[in-house]
Amino acid sequence: MTARQKTDVLVVGSGFGGAIAAYHLAAGGAKVVVLERGPWLSGEEFDHDFKFGSSTTRVFDFVVGDGMSILGGNCVGGGSVVYFATMPRAPRFVFERRGSIGRRMWPGSITRDALEPWYDRVAEALPITPTGWDEVPYIGGVFAAACRAAGHTVNPSPSAVDTSLCTNCNWMMSGCRFDAKRSLLLNYLPAALSHGAEIRPLHEVQKITRTDDGSYQVHYSTIDEVDYRQHTGGGVIEAKIVVLAAGAGATPVILQRSEADLGPMPHAVGRYFSGNGERLNTAVLEDEKVRELLGLSRDEQKAYKGYQIGRGPVVASWDRLDGDLPEYERFSLEQLYFPPGFGTILAQIPDADGPSWFGPRKKEMLRKWQSWLTVFTMSEDDNEGVFGPPPPTGNSARLSQQLLGFGALSYRPTANTLRGWEVSDAAVKQILEHDGLARVMPWTNDVIGAYTVHPLASCRIGDDPHSSALDDRHELRGHPGIFVTDGSAVPGALTVNPAFTIAALAERAMPGIVRAARARGVNVVYGAPSPEGATSSRKATAAAAAAMVGG
Amino acid sequence: MHSAEPDHDVRTLTLEAFADTIIPGEKRHPEDRAVAGVSTGGGAVAAGAVPILETPEGGMEGALDDLAVALNGHARAYCASHDLEPDPALPFVGLSYDHRTALVQQLVSPDHPEKMMWVGVAMFSYMAFDTGAHMHTTEALAAGHPGLRTLGFADPDEDGLWRFPQYSYGRQLADIHPDTDATGSPS
Repeated sequence: MTARQKTDVLVVGSGFGGAIAAYHLAAGGAKVVVLERGPWLSGEEFDHDFKFGSSTTRVFDFVVGDGMSILGGNCVGGGSVVYFATMPRAPRFVFERRGSIGRRMWPGSITRDALEPWYDRVAEALPITPTGWDEVPYIGGVFAAACRAAGHTVNPSPSAVDTSLCTNCNWMMSGCRFDAKRSLLLNYLPAALSHGAEIRPLHEVQKITRTDDGSYQVHYSTIDEVDYRQHTGGGVIEAKIVVLAAGAGATPVILQRSEADLGPMPHAVGRYFSGNGERLNTAVLEDEKVRELLGLSRDEQKAYKGYQIGRGPVVASWDRLDGDLPEYERFSLEQLYFPPGFGTILAQIPDADGPSWFGPRKKEMLRKWQSWLTVFTMSEDDNEGVFGPPPPTGNSARLSQQLLGFGALSYRPTANTLRGWEVSDAAVKQILEHDGLARVMPWTNDVIGAYTVHPLASCRIGDDPHSSALDDRHELRGHPGIFVTDGSAVPGALTVNPAFTIAALAERAMPGIVRAARARGVNVVYGAPSPEGATSSRKATAAAAAAMVGG
Repeated sequence: MHSAEPDHDVRTLTLEAFADTIIPGEKRHPEDRAVAGVSTGGGAVAAGAVPILETPEGGMEGALDDLAVALNGHARAYCASHDLEPDPALPFVGLSYDHRTALVQQLVSPDHPEKMMWVGVAMFSYMAFDTGAHMHTTEALAAGHPGLRTLGFADPDEDGLWRFPQYSYGRQLADIHPDTDATGSPS
């Protein structure tokens, strides 16, 4: 495809950052094209199947880096299709973090209070609802009871799952077959389409160039629907505004590749990457102890043995989300199911005298898989990730037809990050090993380094031009008309699941993007209601939006 | 690593022995040399590790000849440094399980130059055992896939989908954090 195409706004990626932008700009009257690298699946196309070529491998990307590997969505709807839909707001202290730069990382204009109405908009749109104890799966119940026995509190997390439709099948990382998970396929994206936005799946953006009149040209390849290593064609679309939302593992790579044409990028493009301080521990519970110590019972045979049952993480302990604690020692602990395949290889055998992650003793541990309980730490890392030179295309050299590739991210955890993990490992042990309830070991970092399902901060907002690539309106410094609204814009680790905060920041960025589009001659207004028409949260953001959109 | 095309059986047996080192199983027959037989029940080999490595979807197929040659080269070097006589045709297969383990530990150690390659083969071995990714999961379970059965992975409903209508203890099991806000988030 070589025909020259034009649009008002070109959105790269269709996860939270892209879908929210596509909706507001299309609803406001702009011509919007969304280019999404992955395929477009829905409903019954989401398989309960581990086979290569099922939705399990089609919608997911696993990019192995040097010291950090990233798991992320690769489909229309992005992370929202593969996520666990656990949606807490970030605690207040997070916005005051200083991190590695010795000063406040977040822009002065953003605090928890300032973001609150934007959180509300997202909560209304998806929607996000509280979770009741009677909806907590066995695994969350066991974790809660163990925490209580160890003197800790536990909260069922707010969630974007419609539990009336959920079967607790735990296949949600392959996409939700039952439309119980409120992904973007059910709200922002159909609303964007109804306002005329165009979504093109299997279109991978490679680079951006500038035209003589200050518009941009977005260069893409089309991707084979089965073998993502194969490019079937390509083209260029010209746009007055570009919204980059390819994810924190890909957005900076597109900008790096564009630097030769666009001119120098801000220093922080491809730097300050955060893995959200993520760390995993796996416990193997003694079923009789669950019955005796915690008083829990499913039936006469089983007290727990329900690892497979549920919907990812449902409860979390927030006792360490205390702003009075030192930075890097604050974290949440979330109960987690991680499916087979990636979910077992890194789990370690307690008291290993040989290899800790493979061999006959590991197989014995696998026999007890239904008694596993994984605990997910989200802590404060040091933004120590740096992207090396980009690969020729995409954000990785793909090994497999789908799913698996090697990227250019390098990550060497600092003493601060390591201390956070050490403190959280000790907390997990304190909760789960008392009175012989379980044995617990952290996942090994010796095999593929650390790993994250929540990549952040590789192209972040801030007030300091040296340590932030974007201003507080999410515009790329030195490149007017290019905005970044995905997880790469978040300044640093959030100590909780970040999707809600990414989405709230994207909502907050919209009035400013509309203003920039209008300044570039696009006939667009700001003020769309929630995707299904609700308006209560719009009222709460009206004043802030009016200031940002310029009256 | 030099390119070579080993006998297909040599390649298969060598890769099987590697996969069996990662997740061991019982011998398939009394003369089984690739599977060391240090564990009861099927391991990564019986779960389909080699067919999975050979699928076009996985992307490893083109490297398997070289991997087998390289692994046998490492096995010969290991024998030389441990005063062992290598099997002339099947050096890695000829090692005892403990020696295979010691060699694989070297190959996947953080500072080994070929680490990612061998971690890759280990990942595919795990994928075979945990998921049987060369088969539909419903078919793998129906066929008694040794990995999924070892995990105790539950069977689906008749329509091939999983549902767990009984899933909750149904009661509050901890106090919530005192600073929880009205939306249920940390304040």
